[in-house]
Amino acid sequence: MKMNTIIFRTRLIRSMIKPLLLSACVVSLSACSSLGVEPWERDLLAKKEMALTSSPIDAALDDHIYFSKEASSGGKSFGGGGCGCN
Amino acid sequence: MTEITKQRNIKAALSIATTALLGTSVTTTTSVQAKEVDEWQFETAYLLYSEVDRVTAGEVIIAGTKTFENDEILNLKLTIDALTGASANGAVAQPKAQTFTRPSGNGQYITPAGDTPLDDTFKDTRLQLNGQWTQPLEDNITTSIGGHLSKEYDYLSLGINGNLAYDFNKKNSTISMGLSYFLDTFTPEGGIPKAFSSMLVGDSNSPEWNDEFAKTRVGDSENKSTTDILVGFTQVISRRMITAFNYSYSTVDGYLTDPFKVVSVLNSGGFAEDYIYENRPDSRVKQSTFMQAKYHFDESLLNIVADVSYRYMWDDWGINSHTIDSRFTIPVGQTSYFQPHIRYYQQSAADFFKPFVINNQSLGNFVSADYRIGEMTAITVGGKYGLLLNGRNELSFRLEYYHQMPTYAGFSLPAALDGLDIAPNVDAIIAQISYSF
Repeated sequence: MKMNTIIFRTRLIRSMIKPLLLSACVVSLSACSSLGVEPWERDLLAKKEMALTSSPIDAALDDHIYFSKEASSGGKSFGGGGCGCN
Repeated sequence: MTEITKQRNIKAALSIATTALLGTSVTTTTSVQAKEVDEWQFETAYLLYSEVDRVTAGEVIIAGTKTFENDEILNLKLTIDALTGASANGAVAQPKAQTFTRPSGNGQYITPAGDTPLDDTFKDTRLQLNGQWTQPLEDNITTSIGGHLSKEYDYLSLGINGNLAYDFNKKNSTISMGLSYFLDTFTPEGGIPKAFSSMLVGDSNSPEWNDEFAKTRVGDSENKSTTDILVGFTQVISRRMITAFNYSYSTVDGYLTDPFKVVSVLNSGGFAEDYIYENRPDSRVKQSTFMQAKYHFDESLLNIVADVSYRYMWDDWGINSHTIDSRFTIPVGQTSYFQPHIRYYQQSAADFFKPFVINNQSLGNFVSADYRIGEMTAITVGGKYGLLLNGRNELSFRLEYYHQMPTYAGFSLPAALDGLDIAPNVDAIIAQISYSF
């Protein structure tokens, strides 16, 4: 009897997960739609220093250094292979 | 005026060189060339990375970007770097001097008592070419494909990548997905060492040496492949703020061992009896989440642009890491800026990481004493100063200090290692000069 209750509850939780996740996605996307700016408000965002990667050269050089010296790579862009660095 | 002409000539020469790299004809008419010349933007940089008593690397990058009429963008990049100096060979410091055989099998080197063993034979030059083509497919869909080639004396890496981005919500939101595949071939001098075999130490001029050395080798070259999937979401929050969120899944298969690294085998007193070649699993799955926010402050806060990001990475080797990176661009007058940079990094050790093994302990399937997969904290501090010349060309200088602090917590030290610094800090200077025109 107890077992049946547990199985029922597990199924109930599982059946709820999908709609919950979906509604979370919808809510977050609709929340995003209220965020942002009009095209004519992009003066600051259009500046070079506001680009997500404002200096691709620095980013490439840093990626190479830290790829060679640490156990982590990528995250912002591809971690990749590329060198037998020491 | 002469200065401008000279600059145009350099730009023209680079444009032709870049076109040649692409494989297109350089015998175009003067008018076409002139048009191309006007549209190429170049970024160049020289970087010096220098560790105290260890590796020094010099790296040159020349990158050209051309935007075509329909917003197609071509980016080509040439990277050349040269590396010399010493690298930790994995063995632990000892109260007496230690002798090691060079990875090639030709000759030996001696590490003084108390010092971390460093192999000083590292010398390599690398040439890397990257090409990326980006174009809009529709008004709100952008696609990009790219290629990568990197060649060292003992290493070849080939890669391709593809990306797709979808803008919505008045282009305030972007979902993107990327895929990349790398195939690397490693042909180390001296061949691939047999896992766990003992480093042969002795007279490399003796007649038996070559045969004995060959017994510790299993082949000439090995491969590895890397597949990365990157899913990203970018959101403009306000006129002053933009954010990005990424998830990446990376799987690496093949030879992931470092053929130059050994592990010290110590007796119960802590004295080295042997050095065995390390062995790592032949696959690794890495995952990471990355978050970034950029904020443009107003005049009361000097129009500073803050760039803060956080990455959490975890893998099936038992390593996880936290990286916090922050840059603040502070305008100085109308044409220059100063950009302080602070980066904090912390990683845990791989399950099979051991700074040394004791001779009566079981080795397990894998073992490595490479401090780069051990527990470590690292900090980078520095800054960049950039100035605009002629209203559009940028010259910048970057100087940073990188400090690694490996820690071997959880490993009890045998008596002979008492008082020895078995996990020394590594200090490096990163100096860079860049010019874009």
